[in-house]
Amino acid sequence: MKMQRKIIVLALAGCIGAAIAPAVAQEHDTPTPPMLRWSFSGPFGRYDQGQLQRGFKVYKEVCAACHSIQMLAFRNLADPGGPGFSEAQAAAVAADYKISDLDDKGQPTDRPGRLADTFPPPFANELAAKAANGGVAPPDMSTLAKARTFERGFPWFVFDTITQYQEQGPDYIAALLNGYEEPPKGFQLPQGGHYNKYFPGHNIAMPPPLQAGQVTYDDGAPQTLDQYSKDISAFLMWAAEPHMVQRKRIGLQVMIFLIILAGLMYFTKKKVWHEVDKPSAIARGQDPKKTTI
Amino acid sequence: MSGHSTYEPQNKLLQWLEKRLPIGALIHSSFVVYPVPRNLNYLWTFGGILAFMLGVQIITGIVLAMHYTPHVDLAFRSVESIMRDVNYGWLLRYLHANGASMFFFAVYVHMFRGIYYGSYKEPREVLWILGVIIYLLMMATGFMGYVLVWGQMSFWAATVITNLFSAIPGVGETIVTWLWGGYAVGNPTLNRFYSLHYLLPFVIAGVVVLHIWALHVVGQNNPTGIEPKSEKDTVAFTPYATIKDGFFMAAFLVLYAWFVFYIPNFLGHADNYIPANPAVTPTHIVPEWYYLPFYAILRAIPDKLMGVLALGASIVILAFLPWLDTSKVRSARYRPLFKQFFWLFVIVCVGLGWLGSKPPEGIYVILARIFTIYYFAFFLVILPLLGIFEKTKPLPNSISESVLGAKA
Repeated sequence: MKMQRKIIVLALAGCIGAAIAPAVAQEHDTPTPPMLRWSFSGPFGRYDQGQLQRGFKVYKEVCAACHSIQMLAFRNLADPGGPGFSEAQAAAVAADYKISDLDDKGQPTDRPGRLADTFPPPFANELAAKAANGGVAPPDMSTLAKARTFERGFPWFVFDTITQYQEQGPDYIAALLNGYEEPPKGFQLPQGGHYNKYFPGHNIAMPPPLQAGQVTYDDGAPQTLDQYSKDISAFLMWAAEPHMVQRKRIGLQVMIFLIILAGLMYFTKKKVWHEVDKPSAIARGQDPKKTTI
Repeated sequence: MSGHSTYEPQNKLLQWLEKRLPIGALIHSSFVVYPVPRNLNYLWTFGGILAFMLGVQIITGIVLAMHYTPHVDLAFRSVESIMRDVNYGWLLRYLHANGASMFFFAVYVHMFRGIYYGSYKEPREVLWILGVIIYLLMMATGFMGYVLVWGQMSFWAATVITNLFSAIPGVGETIVTWLWGGYAVGNPTLNRFYSLHYLLPFVIAGVVVLHIWALHVVGQNNPTGIEPKSEKDTVAFTPYATIKDGFFMAAFLVLYAWFVFYIPNFLGHADNYIPANPAVTPTHIVPEWYYLPFYAILRAIPDKLMGVLALGASIVILAFLPWLDTSKVRSARYRPLFKQFFWLFVIVCVGLGWLGSKPPEGIYVILARIFTIYYFAFFLVILPLLGIFEKTKPLPNSISESVLGAKA
């Protein structure tokens, strides 16, 4: 029996070891994006208003030239838990955009944006976006921070359930923006491609979008590539998950309620069951009510 | 086994109703005086948790359906609109998406518990088979629900899974076209999946009623696997089982809330936040975590038709478990060899799940094949033979003896 057990354990250990080996070997190919500190991580995380406003500025002045963000409405800029624009400020942002609409006579017209409008896309349609960008349409950015990730691998993905690490998306985007470099010797970069060490396959169609000093910050934050990429990643996370602050706040309330409820239920259960659970004392003739719980 | 009801309502109106429809007596005999073995452990609370989760899925699902649009051009957008614009829509959707995962997690605990304690053995075969039917319906429902999001993984999962039917010789292609309602996964597919995703939970609810009915006829199994013999072996459902179920359900809800509020996308796939695009295939197409062991079995077999057959057999085989396990002793507590093979089976199932998430190449395929062989050998070789060769431990005379020790 002992021998049998040993063989099983050894066989399993061998299997797991053999399975992990190729995964480790692959890591040299594409580095894992560094884990950054985000204000919105963890159970008490909130978006940093200043960072979201800076990130929005980066989006508006740089990304928006090619990337749409069609599920975001101008009114969202003034939503609680977001970048903290006032309604008037959000309306002013909206008014700067031209929205295609029909006028009273049914004729196509461009009118200034309103709070209820969503951000208009930079290209009329996907084909136009493709044609203008070397055959690859730049993805819409509404859910981008949740649509990008990287492999965590065993056992890290198990620990992530405890540490609540959920920021693969922004970590990846920030790393990608910093990940442009010269292709290593022997790497065949197709025409129109750009080498990025974090991009799967390393050949990314998007040219390096951000350079230091490109966007002017008026709150004194450093105008570096590193800062830009963090700010835009935070902004995209908010755009993908605009109710996160509310979610985590309600989550805390729910958790406190449920833990107290479970505790009360546990002691009620103990009380109800003690006559069944203390049968030996009761069997010896002791009054059930006098046994301790 | 259902408790003799002495239910006599005091209220005049209830007396009037009881004479015409004795529903009070039914509830009283099923959920109040119904005797349950006194030695049930917390693994037996998962039945109640599953009933609760079905309720959560139906209620959140009905409200989500009020805001969802089953159209290829609008589905993804409408889901995002639920997340952004519907009041507490994010909560409804995360409850529903993670609720499916919790539902499957609970059903797996429930099933492994049934196997460990031999709950499928005579006279509980029909109870067990009804459970297998519920599980099959859950798989169909969960799969179609995942498709409704109409993200990249939704679309490609739908394509891969429906394409499995094309392996059937002769009529395969016809069946797939019929399933799709066209020549590719498209709007008719999404529409029928939506319709069926709304219908099937109510079918599940119906089979759950049969499952509970069968349970109340044969009574619950218990950790000793021996039937209750006297009143000393049982306690009344209320308050004993209700408070115990209630406590553990609250504890289970802590886990559920942890996922919903703190890591709502942990169990999902990032690619499903990219709208479905028939022109772009994701690098790795993987199903939801709860199908991964079966996906690993499918891909472990080099031949498509054989793979599909193995996938189907791996689920259908569960229905034959009462007859494959030849041992007269129910509980693993008294079956030292079975206990070891059982835990190895659990490790193999979890291992297959992990392999299902890996690309089908190199060592992963070899491991998946070894694990698949064990999966089937457990049912077809180990269980039938164990019943003949295993030397089981002596059973206690009664449940109360096992709890109180021989002196009581």
